[in-house]
Amino acid sequence: MSDITKQSLTELVENIKNKKLSSTDVTKAFIQRSEKSSELNAYITDDFAPALDKAKKFDQNPNLDLKLPGIPMAVKDLFCTKNVKTTAGSKILNNFVPTYESTVTENIWNEGAILLGKLNCDEFAMGSSNETSHFGNVQNPIDKNLVPGGSSGGSASAVAGQLTPITIGTDTGGSIRQPASFTGIVGLKPTYGSCSRYGIVAFASSLDQAGPMAQNVKDCALLQEVISTYDSKDSTSINFKRNHYSKELTKNIKGKKIGIPKEYRVDGMPKEIEDLWQKGIQYVKDCGAETIDISLPHTSYALPTYYIVAPAEASSNLARYDGVKYGYRAKGENLIDMYEKTRSEGFGAEVQRRIMIGTYVLSSGYYDAYYLKAQKVRKLIKNDFDEAYKKVDAILTPSTPSSAFKIGEKTNDPVSMYLNDIFTVPVNLAGLPGISIPAGHDTKGYPLGLQIIGKAFDEQNILNIAFAMEEKINFKNKITDWWIK
Amino acid sequence: MNKKNTEYLINRKDNQYEVVIGLEVHAQVLSESKLFSSSSTKFGAEPNTQVSLVDAAFPGMLPVINEFCIKQAIKTGIGLNAKINKRSVFDRKNYFYADLPQGYQISQFKDPIVGEGKVILDMPNGQKEVGIERLHLEQDAGKSIHDLDPQNTFVDLNRSGVALMEIVSKPDLRSPDEVNAYIKKLRSIMRYLGTCDGNMQEGSLRADVNVSVRPKGSKEFGTRCEIKNVNSIKFMQMAIEYEANRQVDLIEEGKTIDQETRLFDTKKNETRSMRSKEDAHDYRYFPDPDLLPLEVSEKFIEELKNDIPELPDDKKKRFIEEFKLSPYEANILVSDIDIAKYFEEVVTKMGKNKDIKLAVNWITGELFAILNSKGLEISQSPVSAKNFAILINLIKNGTISGKIAKNVFELMIDGDKDPQKIVEEKGLKQQSDPKALEALIDKIINENREKAIEYKQGKEKLFGFFVGQAMKASGGKANPQLINEILKKKL
Repeated sequence: MSDITKQSLTELVENIKNKKLSSTDVTKAFIQRSEKSSELNAYITDDFAPALDKAKKFDQNPNLDLKLPGIPMAVKDLFCTKNVKTTAGSKILNNFVPTYESTVTENIWNEGAILLGKLNCDEFAMGSSNETSHFGNVQNPIDKNLVPGGSSGGSASAVAGQLTPITIGTDTGGSIRQPASFTGIVGLKPTYGSCSRYGIVAFASSLDQAGPMAQNVKDCALLQEVISTYDSKDSTSINFKRNHYSKELTKNIKGKKIGIPKEYRVDGMPKEIEDLWQKGIQYVKDCGAETIDISLPHTSYALPTYYIVAPAEASSNLARYDGVKYGYRAKGENLIDMYEKTRSEGFGAEVQRRIMIGTYVLSSGYYDAYYLKAQKVRKLIKNDFDEAYKKVDAILTPSTPSSAFKIGEKTNDPVSMYLNDIFTVPVNLAGLPGISIPAGHDTKGYPLGLQIIGKAFDEQNILNIAFAMEEKINFKNKITDWWIK
Repeated sequence: MNKKNTEYLINRKDNQYEVVIGLEVHAQVLSESKLFSSSSTKFGAEPNTQVSLVDAAFPGMLPVINEFCIKQAIKTGIGLNAKINKRSVFDRKNYFYADLPQGYQISQFKDPIVGEGKVILDMPNGQKEVGIERLHLEQDAGKSIHDLDPQNTFVDLNRSGVALMEIVSKPDLRSPDEVNAYIKKLRSIMRYLGTCDGNMQEGSLRADVNVSVRPKGSKEFGTRCEIKNVNSIKFMQMAIEYEANRQVDLIEEGKTIDQETRLFDTKKNETRSMRSKEDAHDYRYFPDPDLLPLEVSEKFIEELKNDIPELPDDKKKRFIEEFKLSPYEANILVSDIDIAKYFEEVVTKMGKNKDIKLAVNWITGELFAILNSKGLEISQSPVSAKNFAILINLIKNGTISGKIAKNVFELMIDGDKDPQKIVEEKGLKQQSDPKALEALIDKIINENREKAIEYKQGKEKLFGFFVGQAMKASGGKANPQLINEILKKKL
């Protein structure tokens, strides 16, 4: 079957279960397409040969009761994978091979999936365009020299470009939803505490969450069902009753109340984004849901709050990369000199910028004015959502204030780059689930996404809304295979 | 410098200075595993053999609190009569060092697990209360070893992540003697609780010492210096003496004292500047986002309270009431949990007709002497409490004299022998048969007629001569009390 890579996860699982396809067939197809797609630069490390071996082994004695039977998949290179190099997109970890597996990937392999390789991302997940990766920028399959978004840029590119049927990313301020929006795929950031952070290279611990990225909502629901488990190895993991997201998925959202927050109508937002939002409002109404205008008054403080909290945590989380124990080490005259050279040479500019911001806002004399105040504002932002959820079941917003931009377009303007996350960041600060679904195209033909934000632990509800809208939107991603020679 | 009565003052010309001391004691939590990982905490293992991925701060590794360590800290807080905080927060203390793998130490900064408490010291001139400011939990760092290689530093992470309790006192201590008493009391309480083994040689207990001086009578504190990481009481006392005198000298010379961190050089017996206040690290404390605030319920605390054994102060009170001991004796016996245990076992084993006073004298006399000479702890005593109790009973019931008992005790040491058997085998049993003794005394009086007459005429000193003769004739086994009685009658 030549169109294996065009199939959704759901179709592939069905075909493997019906024995129409073997894991080897599927794995081979994705490996072949991945090999022809080096121009996308989606992979940092491939694991193709072992993947094929695993597929063959699976086929010898296939366990078809598993949720991901023999399904190959590549994952963001922020997840530690046992015996497979894990770089976090950084030079400082360019030789790091973990002896352990992250809980989220462990869950995936336990359900029968097979690792294809490790996908490119912004260095330590710090970026919105995948341009901060030590391993080079990633091309968006939509168009040449277009960023795929970030930080899960390699993941988004690999799913949109059909190099992997599904993948997982991580989302600290929008790193799943924004690239999903830029590449025309579905991406879910689960509730904070839903997926274990154990074995994920940390960026900002109070915001980081792993989540699924897929071609459609159903695939996304299935993968979420696999990765979301309570984990005693992560003290922030929450033990709540998790749904069978894919089984319980329904398009019936009649009577659901959807909030439309006026504060997301930001200055200078392109008309096509506003139009898309209006279309989205119409879609949910067509599905039988009701829309209600709401206010999230502290929205405009979200971005500055985020750019204090996230760098503060990052500056401390990244202190362990000091050349002493593992990873890159530069030669130095003494300990301090070694630290300075290792970290100056090992970290890229954006990471260094955030470490400096983080160190500054935590410094004595500035802590109260920045970090402490940011924590207070964070609480206000969360309160906004709590208030809103007294009236509505979910909230609908655009995913991003623009479509994908050209590679290099914003690299010299960090603030304009940071503005990309304006609609996604509040969700992380409040610890809520949010999903981005492709909802249309801009005038250049680039995909645009809509975001549905849910109540904490209410992934099922936003998946259902997304599922219902998906049918009405009937989005078709325009993938021309331009990069395949 | 002189000690006037009990006050510790430093004298210069016409001025007298008082020394103000506060201690930050780092006590290793007695626990099989570390504060945030399951690695062993055993002392003395090969370098880097007790290190988990969490302890070595591998990417994506997360701390998970060890509930046992929390219980230990709360128990210690209860033992210090302190407020237990139902909500406490773990913070990150950020700094770079080769033996600090995370690049930060997880500690408690603003919201410690234990708040204010107090400790009572028994000083020669009475009791003294020392305030406890707080107790918080934190991770220990690893160890940098600089002397194995001329070019490189080696790092041993076995200690990395081991749970420490930092117990901060109020600046209530006024002399090296009080510091000695305070450390010993803390150590004693924690050993009773089983929350810290108090082993200073292995580094389970060490302290940062804050010292300042002020003119006698002044209410304001002087500028303090912190002497880092002193690991024996003797060194603490030496460091305080040196540092207090250094500060007084500066004041006398009209100079000012810089607030700084100093190191104590044990070889030169002096403190040296390590870093000034300006050079102090900015630790950028902030709540560790990998750990939720620690919340404990009233029930959890109550259950631990029920688990608290009798502590030294209560035990002392009971010993005085129940056994009619003097406060001095009681103090000695309760100062260490193992001594108290030994004593109480001896009391139990002595049975109904016991002489506690005699047992106390023998424990603090003969037993302590032998332990001292052999450099042993009471837990390693060569004589078990059981055999010790038998020995005391043998004295008490007149089977052997105190003098013979000393010889028997010497023999018991080798292999914890039963004193009863020694007495039987060696025929050391005291002669207490009045008839036999009377016969013996009659014989002596007969043989020394002249002296007997002299005695009767008033030369009372000769009584001792007859006792001596009688003891000699019995081979030292005669019951001296009976000999006395019979002699008095017969002479």
